Amino acid sequence: MGDPVFNGGLDLGVLGIVAVKALIGFTFVMVGVIFMIWFERKIIADMQSRVGPDRAGKWGLLQTLADGIKLIFKEDLSPDRSDRLVYRLAPYLSVAPAFLTFTIVPIGGVFRGDDDGTLRVLGNDTFLQVADPPVGVLFLLAMSAVAVYGIMLAGWSSGSKYPLLGSVRASASMVSYEAALGLSVVAVVLLSGSLSTHEIVSSQAGSVLDWNIVRTGFVPFVVFLIAATAELNRPPFDLVEAEQEIVGGFHTEYSSIRFGMFFLAEFMNTITMSAIMVTLFLGGPDGPAPIGPPLLWSFFWFTIKLLAFLFLFVWLRAALPRFRYDQLMDLGWKQLIPLSLGWLLLLGAIQIGRDEGWNVVVVVLVGFGIAVVAAGGLLGAIRVADRRRDAFAEPLPNESAELTDAGVR
Amino acid sequence: MTTTPHTHAPDAGDVEPDRAGEPDGQRTVDETDVTVMDPYATYEGAQEMRSRSEISATELLRESGAVLRLSEAAAAELSEATAGSEDETMIINMGPQHPSTHGVLRLMLELKGEEVLRTKPIIGYLHTGMEKTAEELTYLQGTTNTTRMDYLSPMFNELVFALATEELLGVADEMPARATWIRMFMCELNRIASHLLFFATNGMDMASTTSMIFGIRERDALLRFFEQVSGLRMNHNYIRVGGVAADLPDGWQEGVSAILDTLERKLVEHDELFSGQPIWHGRSQGVGIIGPEAAVALGATGPTLRATGVPWDLRRDDPYLAYDEVDFDVIVGTHGDTFDRYAVRMSEIRESIRIARQCIEGMPAGDWRIQDKKVTPPPRARIDESMEALIHHFKIFTEGFRVPEGEVYVAVESPRGELGCYLVSDGSAKPYRMHIRGPSFVNIQTLPHLMKGGLMADAVAVISSIDPVMGEVDR
Repeated sequence: MGDPVFNGGLDLGVLGIVAVKALIGFTFVMVGVIFMIWFERKIIADMQSRVGPDRAGKWGLLQTLADGIKLIFKEDLSPDRSDRLVYRLAPYLSVAPAFLTFTIVPIGGVFRGDDDGTLRVLGNDTFLQVADPPVGVLFLLAMSAVAVYGIMLAGWSSGSKYPLLGSVRASASMVSYEAALGLSVVAVVLLSGSLSTHEIVSSQAGSVLDWNIVRTGFVPFVVFLIAATAELNRPPFDLVEAEQEIVGGFHTEYSSIRFGMFFLAEFMNTITMSAIMVTLFLGGPDGPAPIGPPLLWSFFWFTIKLLAFLFLFVWLRAALPRFRYDQLMDLGWKQLIPLSLGWLLLLGAIQIGRDEGWNVVVVVLVGFGIAVVAAGGLLGAIRVADRRRDAFAEPLPNESAELTDAGVR
Repeated sequence: MTTTPHTHAPDAGDVEPDRAGEPDGQRTVDETDVTVMDPYATYEGAQEMRSRSEISATELLRESGAVLRLSEAAAAELSEATAGSEDETMIINMGPQHPSTHGVLRLMLELKGEEVLRTKPIIGYLHTGMEKTAEELTYLQGTTNTTRMDYLSPMFNELVFALATEELLGVADEMPARATWIRMFMCELNRIASHLLFFATNGMDMASTTSMIFGIRERDALLRFFEQVSGLRMNHNYIRVGGVAADLPDGWQEGVSAILDTLERKLVEHDELFSGQPIWHGRSQGVGIIGPEAAVALGATGPTLRATGVPWDLRRDDPYLAYDEVDFDVIVGTHGDTFDRYAVRMSEIRESIRIARQCIEGMPAGDWRIQDKKVTPPPRARIDESMEALIHHFKIFTEGFRVPEGEVYVAVESPRGELGCYLVSDGSAKPYRMHIRGPSFVNIQTLPHLMKGGLMADAVAVISSIDPVMGEVDR
């Protein structure tokens, strides 16, 4: 298990390969961010019948670069009431996980036929991903949990009220979506039989029907997509920064490149999460290779799938208003988590049924039956809880005011 | 306002003034000796919200229900029901520099977590003394002044001032039908433009940037038409005492019909994007509810009142201009929540389109201003050939015309509610006193009641659903 490049021990070639891979990964994400910001602004502009950035470079391509340079040269302020150390640490805490998560994504490699995605370079076998830890998926979950700290601490350490509200929202919403995210990933792990992203991609090789999006029955994918959007603080779940409500939330007090780093992290996370979704559900770089070297086609398919997700995120942002805090929590706890948990149990039952030689149809029917009963029970519990809460809440006196001739009594 | 006593050691080199402690016990400053104003505090005197421990029950009562004439016991109950200990609540300042307070409205909110317990609007950040200025301007100049108050519906401000002056002059009956209809027509277009901007900002406050752009885009078509008619996109000074500034341009019927046709098509798109959007429903339905009694007691008018189900529309209930000759419906809501206020406005756009269409068809021919030598300047051509006309023209624009002594109150239905103008004349060429009853100013009073018990995010939705224009609030 793990990246075969380390199997033959360390030597100069291995170090070189690792260094080059890290550099490529880094460059890919950085260039991706520059492109993504431009892409988002252009697409949204198009959807809103505007022009979008068109001054810096051809079609405004250099706009992000110009903005970045501007941010670097701006004055870096930190509020007097801030906790200096944490305040300065927070931007790095949100950028680093975004980079690290991308290391486990296979961005290319031929997985069809006899190939298992290895590439022979300088006498060493390697995968086209920076690292392939045997616990890849756990690493993903760990990193997305660490990313919460960056945002939470940024809001807390600013020593100001709006960022504090933002960080409270962040800790509550991101932590609860972590659960739904994890449960839908478990479905993938269950079918692939491995936590390593390389193994997960290998297990999906073949045709579209072998991809996890089909094999897991679409539901975990939808749950993962929604949870990932919330995890990324992308609209319509961007209530952690909520410009209109809490004036930017956790990054209200940040300026200069520290502010830029939060943006960098946000877009980097968007790209990384899209890449993760491609890896977990859409077969990674898998796809047909009609002519030419299959390796180049694998890069092509990976990029196309990635772009599809990026476009989806931009589209959501253009189309939807923002959720409210309590609605976000309702969606997470009352719908996504039970749904993904139920689906996971169903998939597990089918797996066991297959091992034991049970009839699949019967297993599915029984599973659905239990799921319906459980869902009914859950809905009943929610309704009872709502009613109890309403009973506690007293009506406001101004609703009982009456209009009389002499005025309101 | 906290006056924090603390020391400043001049040579300590301490860059954190707020944390400057006693430098190594060198000297202790008597607490009453040096009081330095907290550099972070802003101060608006009695308007500001104070913490519960500092205020009396009477003040709490005034904040939360005096207008509704609650008993003191009921108000105390109200405050106890929602109050937590001081540690659990936080007073947060929203505005005047905040993306969603529609200009420079400032709200102080008492929050418990994200829940809003108390709200206090603080106004005055856009005060420019327009009512006082009006006393220094002639009646002819008056409309240039009032048009800048509610800058999103300038036509109505001009109209209400012009109507009041004409009432004092006693020339209201001489008004040619065409002038009246042009006024009505332009006002309805202005109502559409104003409600479209409401659609835009309301969407923006819900983070739907697309609806913001769409609303502004549709409004722009109307502004371009206003520019054709009056030469200006905003603050037109088009409706003047004695009629309007100019006749409608050639081919206006086709131009406006095209705009209205496009708009009707786009409204369907907007419904798809926003009105039928489940997230938007979740954000607005059942949020910021006010009952009809409370709304009436607080003096709310316009869509804010009509959303509660009270069919009060001055166009129908106290017809001015030619509103009794056109056919339109008064839109009312049922629940008085944010969604109803939105829906009422969106339906009013459609009603205004209906009225505008009737204006296009039924626009009478004739003069577009009163032919009263006292009020109306001579036509441009006459000035070239007649010395008397030139002098007359000069006199009207420098000295103005005298208005008989008296006082009058005229009200029109602006997009925000009852817009009234109270005018007192002492017989000179300038008003003795002018007062505007701004609907935004009155409607803002409902904010504390609408926001109680809601979340911070609801507060933003509620503010934009009231659609306040601060230029009108502060005047």
